[in-house]
Amino acid sequence: MSALLELDKVTITFGGLTAVGELDMKIEQHELVGLIGPNGAGKTTAFNLITGVYQPTSGRISFRGKPTVGVKPHELSLAGISRTFQNIRLFAQMTVFDNVRTAMQGNRAQGISDALLRGRTFRAGEARVDHEVMELLKIFSLDHFRETMSKSLPYGDQRRLEIVRALATQPKLLLLDEPAAGMNPTEKQELMELIRFVKDKFQISVLLVEHDMKVVMGICERINVLDYGKKIAEGTPDEIRANPKVIAAYLGKDFDDA
Amino acid sequence: MRGREKLFLLLGIIAAIGLSFASGAFNRYYLGIVIDVGINIILAVSLNLINGHTGQFSLGHAGFMAVGGYVAAKLTLVCGASAWIFLPALLLGGGVAALAGLAVGVPSLRLRGDYLAIVTLGFGEIIRVIFQTSEFFGAATGLTGITRLTTFGWAWGLAAVTVYVVACLVNSTYGRGFIAVHDDEIAASAMGINPVRYKVTAFVIGAFFAGIAGGLYAHHKGVLTPSGFDFIKSIEIVVMVILGGMGRTVGVILAAVILTILPELLRGVAEYRMIIYSLLIIGLMLTRPQGLFTFGKK
Ligand SMILES: Nc1ncnc2c1ncn2[C@@H]1O[C@H](COP(=O)(O)OP(=O)(O)O)[C@@H](O)[C@H]1O
Ligand SMILES: [Mg+2]
Repeated sequence: MSALLELDKVTITFGGLTAVGELDMKIEQHELVGLIGPNGAGKTTAFNLITGVYQPTSGRISFRGKPTVGVKPHELSLAGISRTFQNIRLFAQMTVFDNVRTAMQGNRAQGISDALLRGRTFRAGEARVDHEVMELLKIFSLDHFRETMSKSLPYGDQRRLEIVRALATQPKLLLLDEPAAGMNPTEKQELMELIRFVKDKFQISVLLVEHDMKVVMGICERINVLDYGKKIAEGTPDEIRANPKVIAAYLGKDFDDA
Repeated sequence: MRGREKLFLLLGIIAAIGLSFASGAFNRYYLGIVIDVGINIILAVSLNLINGHTGQFSLGHAGFMAVGGYVAAKLTLVCGASAWIFLPALLLGGGVAALAGLAVGVPSLRLRGDYLAIVTLGFGEIIRVIFQTSEFFGAATGLTGITRLTTFGWAWGLAAVTVYVVACLVNSTYGRGFIAVHDDEIAASAMGINPVRYKVTAFVIGAFFAGIAGGLYAHHKGVLTPSGFDFIKSIEIVVMVILGGMGRTVGVILAAVILTILPELLRGVAEYRMIIYSLLIIGLMLTRPQGLFTFGKK
């Protein structure tokens, strides 16, 4: 069986800069994988390549055995790749509830004609959407913010709402780009437990970018380390912790309180 | 909540047709203005789907209106005017305008902001010039002798339909996609929304209703001249949308009402209208960028 996601010598250059170079990476079903590396290492760029926002200069990416090169971002989302953004990209003009239901385009039964006819199909479909949105919001304790405008949420809750929104697409692979940025250690720990919980509950794979080493080491089964666009190491948290190349890349940074 | 929207539509149409029977009792001049208001509500609410909800800055709405107006008027002129032919004529006008919307929607896939505004502006002008040079459509003189079939009931009944369609579309899980495309295209596509599809849909539906409004307008005034559809007309509609608070249906309706009646009250300063509009927009942007009539959420 092929891996859920497979990157094969993926390279992208911007002008002269190789943001990601010859990246090989595999994510299996139901795996929680970390992607770490110093600022500018190419982690977000890797996300943009996987989600079809950027097309690789060379190399191949396949999702569930099918090549994704040339496939549009919305098609990849419908196929089961979802993500959050490092610089929060919520729908600012919408409420918390609407942000989440907007992401349910792939699994709503009702379309344009139902919306106009407002018949039984429409009401039943919208009721189901409503129910599913609330279930997801409850997991992240955001249900009481239902009618709050997303932009007036506290920063940490905005990040959590992005995860809820990404889950609403019913992904098979969830990409989280620094989901705990700006949170305090307790909040971070809670979030990581939640991530592991939803991974098990929805039987999905997660690729996690996170700066806090302690957090990544504590939750990920496998870790890929990027530096200057190249993968310098891959392995279990213990292997990564002991890897001299990784230590060099993070020179001066103590893993335990980074 | 259940069935509320349909009730609104039904009541709207019944009220429009009911009042229409009584319209003989009204002063013809005022009745004319009230019909203008209905037509402008259709124009503003349909443009609001494109500009307000989907965030595609279009300056071509008068072009779509012209297409609908000319097609519908030509049909009743050729086939003879009767109440029976009116609805098909309006629908055909709307349909051809929708095709034009498709043609303009396609460039909108690549262009954004100012560039799209310029392309749609150019489109509107091209449409006008085509009618102006086409002998079939009466060239510069336009079409005259169009039977005045537009009643209060037609104008306000169809205004109710327009409001119903746009509001029902947007207020649904499907329709949140329009607003998502407006808010953040990258995030929208990451959530499975095809921005191209939503933009084109907005253009096609918006153009359809602008075409209907054009047909109503033609059969309200009795004459059509190409100069009536210049870009100033498009700007008038854009002003209604901006004043009403981009994407707020109730606000946009109010703005359409006020901006139709106001010029009639201020006949004396008619030639300063564009200056007044410009000042209105500048003032609004400085003091209430969310629009004049914005109450609560969308
Ligand atoms: N669209 C782009 N154009 C030019 N350079 C880019 C672009 N996107 C990313 N880069 C560059 O690629 C490198 C990797 O960036 P990024 O993937 O954001 O790093 P990380 O997420 O690991 O901090 C950086 O040097 C960044 O400036
Ligand atoms: Mg990054």
